[in-house]
Amino acid sequence: MHVYANPARFLKIARPLTAWLGWAGAALVLAALAYGLFLGPRDHLQGESVRILYVHVPAAWLGMAGWTGVAAASLMQLVWRHPLAAVAGRAIAVPGAVFTAICLATGSLWGRPTWGTYWEWDGRMTSMLVLLFLYFGYVALAGAEKEKGGEGRLTAIFGLVGAVNLPVIHYSVIWWNTLHQGESISFVRASSTIDASMLWPLLAAALGFSLLFGAIVLMRMRAELARNKVEARLKRMARE
Amino acid sequence: MSHWPFIIAAYALTALGTLGVALWSWLAMRRAEAEAARLGKRP
Repeated sequence: MHVYANPARFLKIARPLTAWLGWAGAALVLAALAYGLFLGPRDHLQGESVRILYVHVPAAWLGMAGWTGVAAASLMQLVWRHPLAAVAGRAIAVPGAVFTAICLATGSLWGRPTWGTYWEWDGRMTSMLVLLFLYFGYVALAGAEKEKGGEGRLTAIFGLVGAVNLPVIHYSVIWWNTLHQGESISFVRASSTIDASMLWPLLAAALGFSLLFGAIVLMRMRAELARNKVEARLKRMARE
Repeated sequence: MSHWPFIIAAYALTALGTLGVALWSWLAMRRAEAEAARLGKRP
């Protein structure tokens, strides 16, 4: 990992990778969503509304994976002083917040025809809303620390502490009697209750959105590195 | 109750959010890298 700590080396890999991830992700998402919307089967209980699954689940996955990335970047920044870790954490936060918001909004739209309500203060929904607020806090704190010229250590601590919410989100459907359904996909217990005709397009959509997420994070990292370069150059020019 | 308005709204929101954040990030990257390249060429 330390091999890529050098921004120049990172950029050499990130430049071609951004386009590859972006285009591959877009193609996969379009194919999976077209299947989900027009070709996929309707559910015998939920009817047509099950098609929301193909956007809701990838968004939920990315909201949680995003904060896992923020926490990992925070750990690398605090322990190993990885020079790109803070940049990566900040680059993940905004798309992470966007996908968490998409998860909440699409979940709400799914809830109305299936549960009869847009919102319920149950464990899964509330802990996901807390995740969105954590993202807002992280973005605000990172912006404030950067403006003051800080190293972002406080933001990194916040990123690590916020990870406490991740197991709460995951186990909320087990710990509490929630309106939200339990997990349908399990790679550990090999006891998935979702049919293969829905599972494979769902996995394709999740992979496609993940590739797009990767491209977005790389674009944001490249933007911040370029802005840092401009700032350093302007400071040098002012001194000369 | 027809489910389709809910499905279309969910897909539209997802498309809007994903394309929005991707486009914003791409424009910010292009602007920042162009500025860095312009300054880099100055003697």
